[in-house]
Amino acid sequence: MTGLAQLVPYDEALSRYEPVIGLETHVELGTRTKMFCGCPTTFGLEPNSAVCPVCLGLPGSLPVANRAAIEYTIRIGLALNCSIATWCRFARKNYFYPDMPKDFQISQYDEPLCTDGWIDVEIDGRTVRVGIERVHLEEDTGKSLHMGGATGRIHGAEYSLVDYNRAGIPLVEVVTKPVAGTGALAPDVARAYVTELRDLLRSLGVSDVRMEQGSLRCDVNTSLAPHGSAEWGTRTETKNVNSLRSVERAVRFEIERQAAVLDAGQKVVQETRHFHEEDGTTTAGRSKEEAQDYRYFPEPDLVPVAPDRDWVEQIRASLPELPAARRARLQADWGLSGLEMTQLQNAGALDLIGATVDAGAPAADARKWWMGELARHANATGTDMSELPITPVQVARVSALVRAGTINDKLARQVLEGVLAGEGEPDAIIEARGLAIVTDEGALTSAVEAAIAANPDIAAKIRDGKTAAAGALVGEVMKATRGRADAGRARELILQQLA
Amino acid sequence: MAAGDAASAGGLTRLTAAQIAAAVASGEVSAVEVTQAHLDRIVSVDPDVHAFLHVAGIGALAAAEDVDRKRAAGEPLGPLAGVPLALKDVLTTSDMPTTCGSKILADWRPPYDATVTRRLRDAGVVILGKTNMDEFAMGSSTENSAYGPSRNPWDLARIPGGSSGGSSAAVAAYEAPLAIGTDTGGSIRQPAAVCGIVGMKPTYGGSSRFGLVAFASSLDTPGPLARTVLDAALLHEVMSGHDPLDSTSVDAPVPPVVAAAKQADVSGLRVGVVTEFSSGGYQTGVQARFTEAVELLESLGAKVVEVSCPHFSYALPAYYLIAPSECSSNLARFDGMRYGLRVGDDGTRSADEVMSLTREAGFGPEVKRRIMLGTYALSSGYYDAYYGKAQQVRTLITQDFDAAFEQVDVLVSPTTPTTAFPIGERVDDPMAMYLADLFTIPSDLAGNAAISVPCGLAPEDGLPVGLQIMAPALADDRTYRVAAAVEAALQQRWGGPLLAQAGELGEAQGGAR
Amino acid sequence: MSITRDEVAHLASLSRLALTDAELDHFAGQLDQIIGAVARVQEVAAEGIPPMTHAVPVVNVFREDAEVPCLTPEQALSGAPAAEQGRFRVPRILAED
Repeated sequence: MTGLAQLVPYDEALSRYEPVIGLETHVELGTRTKMFCGCPTTFGLEPNSAVCPVCLGLPGSLPVANRAAIEYTIRIGLALNCSIATWCRFARKNYFYPDMPKDFQISQYDEPLCTDGWIDVEIDGRTVRVGIERVHLEEDTGKSLHMGGATGRIHGAEYSLVDYNRAGIPLVEVVTKPVAGTGALAPDVARAYVTELRDLLRSLGVSDVRMEQGSLRCDVNTSLAPHGSAEWGTRTETKNVNSLRSVERAVRFEIERQAAVLDAGQKVVQETRHFHEEDGTTTAGRSKEEAQDYRYFPEPDLVPVAPDRDWVEQIRASLPELPAARRARLQADWGLSGLEMTQLQNAGALDLIGATVDAGAPAADARKWWMGELARHANATGTDMSELPITPVQVARVSALVRAGTINDKLARQVLEGVLAGEGEPDAIIEARGLAIVTDEGALTSAVEAAIAANPDIAAKIRDGKTAAAGALVGEVMKATRGRADAGRARELILQQLA
Repeated sequence: MAAGDAASAGGLTRLTAAQIAAAVASGEVSAVEVTQAHLDRIVSVDPDVHAFLHVAGIGALAAAEDVDRKRAAGEPLGPLAGVPLALKDVLTTSDMPTTCGSKILADWRPPYDATVTRRLRDAGVVILGKTNMDEFAMGSSTENSAYGPSRNPWDLARIPGGSSGGSSAAVAAYEAPLAIGTDTGGSIRQPAAVCGIVGMKPTYGGSSRFGLVAFASSLDTPGPLARTVLDAALLHEVMSGHDPLDSTSVDAPVPPVVAAAKQADVSGLRVGVVTEFSSGGYQTGVQARFTEAVELLESLGAKVVEVSCPHFSYALPAYYLIAPSECSSNLARFDGMRYGLRVGDDGTRSADEVMSLTREAGFGPEVKRRIMLGTYALSSGYYDAYYGKAQQVRTLITQDFDAAFEQVDVLVSPTTPTTAFPIGERVDDPMAMYLADLFTIPSDLAGNAAISVPCGLAPEDGLPVGLQIMAPALADDRTYRVAAAVEAALQQRWGGPLLAQAGELGEAQGGAR
Repeated sequence: MSITRDEVAHLASLSRLALTDAELDHFAGQLDQIIGAVARVQEVAAEGIPPMTHAVPVVNVFREDAEVPCLTPEQALSGAPAAEQGRFRVPRILAED
């Protein structure tokens, strides 16, 4: 099944062809109840224990729209700079499938709730604006276990077992406009878009957007056309793309595969393809030529949704600061360049630094510690920064202690190590390990005198006026005090003594 | 007659719902006695009439006992407490099967009650059982029932109308004083007309559709059938009202239909006769009785004018596009996967194959026809010309009504072009069958209120004719007012209800039963 | 002719109806007649006329996002032709993609 496709190496493919990509993303909304009934949306319940006549589609049942789901969708649309429909309807999408209780899905067809928006995505310092075609609401299906086959997948199964707990969960579908002109960066743009969308949705509080759990699902469309061609190529739709990395790999593979097809003088088949995690390939599935006719018509059991402008403005006013705006604000506040900002983002340190600043540390300090010492530690132990056993509050405390002169940078590093090792809070560690800077003049003076005595030639240089040589003696003092001397004061005393 | 005399004469089944309710409330007769009398009547005549698919004897008596207990305890009783009722088998009941007249739901026991069912029970109405119907409400004769047709009590060789034929026959045969049907293209009014009783289609959304197995979602309307206009009004009030479980249910108070039924006065009322319905081509006796009914209205003080509703002649084709389209989608769920019939699952066939075999075996020909017709009308490439166009025609029909109701208060027509036709006459000719709905369909499309009240017998066959009275949406009370006036005047002329002129059914039980 | 026998066969397949040949012949003739009749709606000039939505035009009917008691699994499965492990057992599903 895999490994049979001819491929053209990526750079070569890009030298001849221009890719166009598009993405369709389904988001499970985090409402308390389902889209059209009051069954709970809790994950992991006993099979068929969160169902009712409505979401089971029993004869005689009728849907009633969940107001919160409508509101969440409007929220998403506004955050994506869309126009919100003044009047729209649900529609029935008709097809037979055992995981669909009514053998039709209530969705939206030619009257989506939100249209014509955009979201900006940063790639290597360049801004790509991804257009949003539409955002609409629909209901999810039940889930099947395929039994009797070798792999648990649908192929080769003898029968299936269906659980309708997830039938009726509210889903928002976000569809981009085609994204052209990205060239070799197409896979990266695709990935960056999904990342940005995910962060946006998370900041809106409308979904827990966990790709690995299925609350954020992606289909990726890819097409190729020869450079300079006036028309776009035939596109394929790739499903089963379950992680950010897979988004990138799927686009990359499709570019290589389609280039080979076109090089051979053949036509790319318009079809749905399935992405394989194991080897990053795609294989053909249902052909779009025999595309299903869903016989859409307006849902007669529901009345139109006409959000009045007051309600829309209320929702708009309640939007939190969106990730892009927040980044721009932080970048300005912290005085960083775009590149520096991107580094923070890539390292996953943005929120941590932000929280540390919120806890009172200057931005530069917060950045220094997280991108320096703590990033090193994270890499060395193979953990995510957000998973380190240290909090932004603790880092802010360390920064405050350095600024207060209680410890210096070197000592601070030891304090951080202590926190990471689980020894407790910064103040306690300083106490326990005896890391506070020595403020006792007497002790400092003794250490200075000892250093002078032990280094007569350096002392002579300083008496001669080469005050720069004092640094070496300061170093000795620091060694002798195991780093706990106030370096500045030590230098003063040295110069005084050897004046 | 007094209920007590009726009881001793075995005539409890001849009482109206209003009379039964009063007798039960006063203690003159017990609800159990009343229920038993009706259950006996069912045993006696239903083998011939075949109105019922399921009789819930034990459950009905238990419900009746409950009413008697409440009355004895001095608890307040609703206006129809203790009155027996026949429920069309299209509404879900958790303690009785709900088959919709189809094999595909043979013996299906829903795990929930329809809102209408619940309201009836809460009101102390005694549900005797579920009545026969054309399969999934598609038909005008009950000949499309998978369980055999019901028969018209006026002539057992004739149809009782459809799709609520079982409900209508039950009331006309004195098996129950009240019944509930559903009207999509005329399925309450037409059976009522051909059985000589009262049948009302409320404003769309007036009664909840939650638990009503859907045929055509934008048209289906539950409504009352009874032997008198007042009885229908009493049931209308009990069953109707806003339901938050039905997004299309009307969020407004139930129109004052009982008061209107008691008012029964048409002086000064402006009555319109629809030009497009007067083009003839229907049964002579029906025309004659209709003309007399219009004259009667004039004599009662109404002003009658002719009104043109030009798009009404497109109502039938528009309906036979919209209803099948919605039904093709509504009936997709009957696929053998979750409930109902499953055929052909031998362990090797695919789900698609089993679905196809199940639906082939489980659906009758009319249902299959309409599903395919609907699938056709919704297909990409055909949608605009068929379903889309039909929905526009529907708007035009509604506008015709709006314009008409500027000139008149109600519109009248015969309910259906013919009297009850013989069983078997049209069953193989779908288009001939569809013509039965000619006059009733416009009101379904516009969603306004329309009632059928008996207006006489056709001289050529001695069979009942119905007068249809249509009013604007939410003006249901107006239809009752006019119907009650006509009923009162005609009953005076006849010396009693029209139904008294029907022959006696079944073996002798004493003359007055 | 409004509709061919082949088209009817296609409709039957789309609607998951395993019609017999005899039924196909029978229905094809009837559907042809019916479609011819209902096509009359196309005679109506309806330029700019909106399609009908509901008899009493209403918008924004919603429910609040609050839980309501569900069916028990036993109730949910009560009509199931086949059930296993608390789930509805259905015949093998042909792959969608």
